[in-house]
Amino acid sequence: MTLADTGTRVRPAAEAQLLDGLRTIGSDIAGMIPSDVPAAEFWTDRKLHYKLVSPLNRRKFTVIVVGTGLAGAGCAAALGELGYNVEAFTFHDAPRRAHSVAAQGGINAARGRKVDGDSLARFVKDTIKGGDFRAREVDAWRLAEESIRVIDHMDAIGAPFAREYGGQLATRSFGGVQVSRTYYTRGQTGQQLQVAASQALLRQVARGSVNLHTRTEMLDLIVEDGRAAGIVARNLITGEITAHTAHAVVLATGGYGNVFFKSTLAKNSNVTAAFRAHRRGAYFANPAFIQFHPTSLPVSSEWQSKTILMSESLRNDGRIWVPKTPGDTRDPNTIPEEERDYYLERRYPAFGNLTPRDVASRAARDEIVAGRGVGPLKNAVYLDFRDAIGRLGRKVIEERYGNLFEMYTDATGEDPYVVPMRIAPGAHFAMGGLWNDYDQMTSIPGLFVGGEAGWGYHGANRLGANSLLSACVDGWFTLPYAVPHYLADLLGSPKPALDAPEVAGALDDARGGVERLTAIGGTQGPDRFHRRLGDLLYQHCGVSRDGELLAEGIRSVQALREEFWSDLRVQGQTDGFNQELERAGRVADYLDMAELMCLDALDRDESCGAHFRTEHQHPDGEAKRDDENWRFASAWERGADGRYIRHQEPLEFVSVPLETRNYK
Amino acid sequence: MKLTLQIWRQDSAASEGHYEDYLLVGAGPEFTLLEALDKLNDQLVSEGKEPVAFDSDCREGICGSCGITVDGRPHGPVEKTPSCRQHLRSFADGSTVRLEPFRNGSYRVVRDLAVDRSGLDRIIKAGGYASIDAGTAPDADAHHLTHEKAEYALDMAACIGCGACVAACPNGSANLYVGAKLLHLATMPSTKAERSTRAKEMVRVAEEEFGPCSLYGECVDVCPAGIPITAIAGVNREKLRQVLRGMAD
Ligand SMILES: Cc1cc2nc3c(=O)[nH]c(=O)nc-3n(C[C@H](O)[C@H](O)[C@H](O)COP(=O)(O)OP(=O)(O)OC[C@H]3O[C@@H](n4cnc5c(N)ncnc54)[C@H](O)[C@@H]3O)c2cc1C
Ligand code: SF4
Ligand code: FES
Repeated sequence: MTLADTGTRVRPAAEAQLLDGLRTIGSDIAGMIPSDVPAAEFWTDRKLHYKLVSPLNRRKFTVIVVGTGLAGAGCAAALGELGYNVEAFTFHDAPRRAHSVAAQGGINAARGRKVDGDSLARFVKDTIKGGDFRAREVDAWRLAEESIRVIDHMDAIGAPFAREYGGQLATRSFGGVQVSRTYYTRGQTGQQLQVAASQALLRQVARGSVNLHTRTEMLDLIVEDGRAAGIVARNLITGEITAHTAHAVVLATGGYGNVFFKSTLAKNSNVTAAFRAHRRGAYFANPAFIQFHPTSLPVSSEWQSKTILMSESLRNDGRIWVPKTPGDTRDPNTIPEEERDYYLERRYPAFGNLTPRDVASRAARDEIVAGRGVGPLKNAVYLDFRDAIGRLGRKVIEERYGNLFEMYTDATGEDPYVVPMRIAPGAHFAMGGLWNDYDQMTSIPGLFVGGEAGWGYHGANRLGANSLLSACVDGWFTLPYAVPHYLADLLGSPKPALDAPEVAGALDDARGGVERLTAIGGTQGPDRFHRRLGDLLYQHCGVSRDGELLAEGIRSVQALREEFWSDLRVQGQTDGFNQELERAGRVADYLDMAELMCLDALDRDESCGAHFRTEHQHPDGEAKRDDENWRFASAWERGADGRYIRHQEPLEFVSVPLETRNYK
Repeated sequence: MKLTLQIWRQDSAASEGHYEDYLLVGAGPEFTLLEALDKLNDQLVSEGKEPVAFDSDCREGICGSCGITVDGRPHGPVEKTPSCRQHLRSFADGSTVRLEPFRNGSYRVVRDLAVDRSGLDRIIKAGGYASIDAGTAPDADAHHLTHEKAEYALDMAACIGCGACVAACPNGSANLYVGAKLLHLATMPSTKAERSTRAKEMVRVAEEEFGPCSLYGECVDVCPAGIPITAIAGVNREKLRQVLRGMAD
């Protein structure tokens, strides 16, 4: 392994061989209709050309929306408001419980009200640069433009955003930017947005425009004549598996970070809906792009079920450091100033503690690997509020971060007002997802995707507070334009019949899939496989990767998958509430997903954003992108022979010229 | 640590339930209650026995999915803390801990410790929202909401919908939950317009689904969101206001 590489690396033969056995290279694909319209006006122009469905015809269309997180609830409510028949699905018992509820820090908007230099263009620049030039530029423009309406709308439907004393909306800053554009509600931004969105959804349920199916899990996608025609779902209480047909299907089913088992996501978040659509022909884009959040709580016990995230907003006032001497076990408060290394402030003077997540995570990992990690397992760094409390007083800190501090105390038994917090990188956000075009449509006509389940906005690294935004924008202000545009051409055609052969076939497949899992009759429950898969991925496809590790990772995933399919035990019956069965199905998909992630990471022979290949770094340890060879999004198709086909969407950067990311 | 977990087992809403004792060994005081159940389930599955069903998701105290009754107390021994943030350090090594579902006439058992709390959503469906369509909202900076009022709205909006208040109440009343939502929305400028109809409808449905409030106050001790007892007074205030005004807002 060389530290600084010059020119393109020649792939070692063993890796190339492994890759060739797993994938072929397919054609280039286009994500948007080519046009001369400048990126900044692309969305306005696109909206102008969207076909419309007249109000009287809307109720002739049925749209299935899977997921009631911010993206799904918004989309279902907005389409319901417009007059479409909406069938909404969630495996939760109530829409409010979707994982979006857990987001803490805030939501970005390019309102540019302050005189700190913010603007739409600046938002786009930060977003594209933050994503290390692996996002679709026009999507970032749309995100910026609609962000303004998102704040107004969410405020109007009940999200109590923080306000200044004068009564105006308050903002704060987040990692990767130097302006203050993050709107927040204490440390509960996701909760307040999600509760407001689910209330709006329930309003439509009361009106009869949305039919809500709770505790119902999508198991498969129905495709008829090459179009998405419905879904197969399992009622989690009765176990009944049924088909639901529609003119269009929207997947807003969230991210797949839970593949790592210990992640910051809610325990039930999974990849099943997206992956089963992928099996039916939807391309999966950039699966290797996983963000590791730099301010997670370190793992402290084997049975820990997840890593808890401390909001990144803490980095506004907290200072990150490690003792200069490796293995220093002194009480942090007794370590004098000159023996502390505030390594982010030292290495990145311009951004300091507010460097983007991938940079901060990698820097923390470097310190830990070098033996300067702190805590009982030496797997953490300090996040210290001593100076902020000294400067602003405890009351201000309490108001800003009170509930986060409580959460920390609760999880660790330590008081962060007195002892510095311990934090570490943890698997967090999936920048990859089902490939979709500019209209949020996947490679299967009629199948749309929104929120974290999609891929477009964030590139190789999501800036903090841009994800709640993308989920809200998709749900409320993108899909309600794009889905009707697709439906307009279907006027007069009924939704697929429930007795169509494709429907019956998909039902059989789903029932067969459940039987296949229960029939194994092995000795280990699904969680055991999931935990092992997670450890394996942290090791082989984690904060930093290299070809050898990844190749080994693929082989280990394959071996684990084989063991799963021969030794899984699914306790209990299939015709009732059975959480083991739910987990088994999800882990089965994660095993395939993990293989695809490692494959994508091995294939992408460059470093970009959160995808850090140690073979590709600058002499100072920064990620080294290869725009000549890799300036595209990978979109993976499953071939009939079980091999993958990699399609490429070339990425254009016009308004933000390609440059080396630099946060110094 | 070594604990005896006495757990309520029930196959479905239709079947009868009973307690069963399980010995949990090798857990640490840093385990959450739910991680203890994970470990027990791993043990049960490896012995070919049925694991214990229970709801949870975020495991951070924010989604409201989790909720079990621990030694007779919703969520567990530590006040104002959801089940997923209760730790084994609260129990003495070697002790017996009784785990049962949230008990309430309006919560049906789904299986073992998981219950059906959809009644809470039916209350929201009755009017706990703002009738504002996407794209029609005014500029959020055009109306002022003082810092104090925004903070107050947020205090009331903090409810995570876990339903422990109902389970703790001897009457099974949902008034803490209802009051919090009414006061939250009554404080926000754009959601004020439907204040009276909202109060009328939400209270009507709450009375149909859940019991009356006799101000026992036990709800407040278990509420993980720290919703204050004044929220209960909000129910009567908003209802009275609706009666006196006799108008929509
Ligand atoms: C701890 C934490 C903190 C965060 N903080 C921030 C922040 O401060 N700012 C920010 O911008 N972002 C933040 N994020 C990221 C952000 O919360 C998510 O990316 C975003 O909420 C995703 O929303 P979503 O609507 O796409 O999906 P989700 O909210 O995950 O919703 C998924 C929905 O799909 C349903 N579903 C999934 N699969 C199926 C299926 N097979 N069948 C039926 N239903 C299904 C689920 O029931 C759920 O309703 C944070 C994330 C975490 C984990
Ligand atoms: S008021 Fe408190 S106890 Fe009741 S549902 Fe809300 S958070 Fe739970
Ligand atoms: S699991 Fe979400 S509140 Fe406990």
